[in-house]
Amino acid sequence: MADFKVHQRDGEGVSVIDLKGYLDAHTAPDLENAFQKLLSDRKYNIVVNCKELTYISSAGLGVFMAFIEDVRKNQGDIKLSNMSPKVYNVFDLLGFPILYEIFKDEQEAVVRFRATLKP
Amino acid sequence: MAAKAQKLSKTIESRTDNLLEVREFVLRASREFGFSEEEASKIVLAVDEACTNVIKHAYQFAPDRKIEIVIRPVKDSMQITVIDDGTSFNPSIAKLPDLKQHLSHYRRGGLGIYLMRTLMDKVEYKYAPGKRNEVRLTKYLTASEPSA
Repeated sequence: MADFKVHQRDGEGVSVIDLKGYLDAHTAPDLENAFQKLLSDRKYNIVVNCKELTYISSAGLGVFMAFIEDVRKNQGDIKLSNMSPKVYNVFDLLGFPILYEIFKDEQEAVVRFRATLKP
Repeated sequence: MAAKAQKLSKTIESRTDNLLEVREFVLRASREFGFSEEEASKIVLAVDEACTNVIKHAYQFAPDRKIEIVIRPVKDSMQITVIDDGTSFNPSIAKLPDLKQHLSHYRRGGLGIYLMRTLMDKVEYKYAPGKRNEVRLTKYLTASEPSA
C-alpha cells in the first residue's frame, strides 16, 4: 500500500497537484520530484489540493519553501486548497498563511489564477 | 488522570520509513495517557520532528543506527525521550528564529525545532557526543483534557 501519492492534473494554464496520505521526511522527496517536473515543464501556476492529505511535518512544509521562490520568479504561484483543520494547524503554526494563499476549495484557487492570466 | 500509564519504549533503525511506526506508537501512548486527539496529534508531530532531526543531523542519513524512544508518565505529564548515539546536535544553543523573517527569506531549515518548542510544554537536551544524546519532550495534561 502506498502511504503517499502525488497526482497531477493539468487544466487551462493551471496545474493541480493532489496529495494523498502522509507527507513526512520519508515521502517529501516524492513531492519535490513533482515540483521539479512542473518547473522543468515551465508550469508555474500550481494549486496543491490537500483534501486527502492526512499528515504533514516540517519536512513536507520545507518542500513548499524550497520551490516558492523559483515559481514566483517566473510569475507563477503555489496556492493551497482543501486542507483539513489538522493539516491547516501545522501550516498556521509556522506562519505559512502569510506566505501562501490558502483556499477552502480548489476551484477558488483556480479562479484566482484565471483572473490573473492573460487572455 | 493517567494512573495506569506505564513506561514504554521502542527502538527503530535510523530510516525515514520508520517514522510512521514511531508516530503510531506515540499516538497510541498519548491516547492511553488521556490526551485529546488534538493534543495527541501535537505530541506525535513533535516526536516525528525529533526523530527526523536525529536521522538527518546526528546520523546524517546512515540507515542502520539506532534511535530509542522512551515514554514515561511523570505525575500529570507525559515525557518522551528520543535517544541516539550520533553526532551532537544542539539546537537549544541556537536562537529561535524570527519566524516571519525566516519565512520571508524562504529558509526551510529550523522549522522542526520551532515546531517542537511550540507544540510541547518543555523541550530539553542532554549531550554526550558519540555516546548518548537525548531530546526530552514534555507535555502536561491540562484541566481541559478528559480525565480517565
